[in-house]
Amino acid sequence: MSSVADIFTVITVTAGAFFFMAGTVGLLRFPDALTRLHALTKADNLGLGLVVLGLMPRAGGLLPALKLASVWLLVLFTGAAVSQLIAKAARDGDKDDN
Amino acid sequence: MTIDTVLDCGLTALVLAVGCWIVVARDSFAAAVGFVAYGLLLTLVWVRLDAIDVALMEGAVGSGLTGALLVRASSRLRTNEQSEAAEQPGMIVRPVAALFSAIVSAMLGAAVLYLPDPAPTLAPEAAANAGATGMANPVTNVLMAFRAMDTMLEKVVLLVALAGVWSLARDSLWGGRPGPRYRTDPKAPLTFLTQVLPPLGIVAGIYILWEGADAPGGAFQGGTIIAAMWLLVMMAGLADAPPISRRAVRLALIAGPLLFLIVGFGGLWLGKAFLAYPVAYAKPLLLAIEFAMTLTVAVTLGLLIAGPPERNGAS
Repeated sequence: MSSVADIFTVITVTAGAFFFMAGTVGLLRFPDALTRLHALTKADNLGLGLVVLGLMPRAGGLLPALKLASVWLLVLFTGAAVSQLIAKAARDGDKDDN
Repeated sequence: MTIDTVLDCGLTALVLAVGCWIVVARDSFAAAVGFVAYGLLLTLVWVRLDAIDVALMEGAVGSGLTGALLVRASSRLRTNEQSEAAEQPGMIVRPVAALFSAIVSAMLGAAVLYLPDPAPTLAPEAAANAGATGMANPVTNVLMAFRAMDTMLEKVVLLVALAGVWSLARDSLWGGRPGPRYRTDPKAPLTFLTQVLPPLGIVAGIYILWEGADAPGGAFQGGTIIAAMWLLVMMAGLADAPPISRRAVRLALIAGPLLFLIVGFGGLWLGKAFLAYPVAYAKPLLLAIEFAMTLTVAVTLGLLIAGPPERNGAS
């Protein structure tokens, strides 16, 4: 039983790490602020979500697992709002340049 | 070499790399953002050292709050940064500055290398007397009871820092409201964030304060989170910053140190020593002081970042 949980954790955390890496590569390689934000959301949402999902069975109880999940929800929420702010600032900055 | 060692080495290398990058970064805004990343990495270092209290502090104050202060400072300096960067320091100033920096670095390095081994510690005594206050978190015990004087003076230092910021105000604006009046856009994402996040943040701040009695946490970390929520509300334009002459603001600023002093002199009056808590009431007294300090920390830090008064109170 525990080995099933182990395999689940290894698979989800690895998948999460992959999305973090993909997001980082996007941040470094993409040409402008909006596309970079697009890449970063993959790391924040999917990457952290998968890491949290993988760690939840190991949190040692329902309450700590829910705490982990609420951390993810909080990051989702603030991440979405902050990327809107950065995107707006980037777009307004472009307008000023023209 | 275990996986932990590899992780620690990687983390250390990353901290050093980010630290060097901040030093050589030419743009002050980039350096400030780098400092935030550096603080987050240091938070991980403290977690690896099992110092969760320090990690919370580093994350909230070292990285978050100081980062916000630095970003604000660099955005203020931005207008004349390029003209100043163009100025070349003289032929003598450069080597002398380099020499002094090298001397200070060498002295710091020597001080660390010549630390006594094993380091002198009061940890066993602190652990042995942990029952005296009724709190289970040894760090809170040290901060609030065994070294209460330091903690109180730390809050006074914060107040002095705020007085320093306020003293930058022009005479005519003294007593006015800090910072610009931020406009609010009811449909903006920031407004939505500000309507949803502060209730959660305030609960989290009080929770961290409350947990500080028995687990990592405490007044400073909790107060910092509440200050961040307040700043969010001010910057989204949902509530204006209060005029610094308002009586309630001044009272909130001195609540923590004042209660600390009253309890301290109470200890003197009851015959033991300054800041000696009567054992039977130690926990309720400490909790009262911590609540007052959380209020003071939240208001002080919020106003520190809000800056000196820039508008008249009436506007």
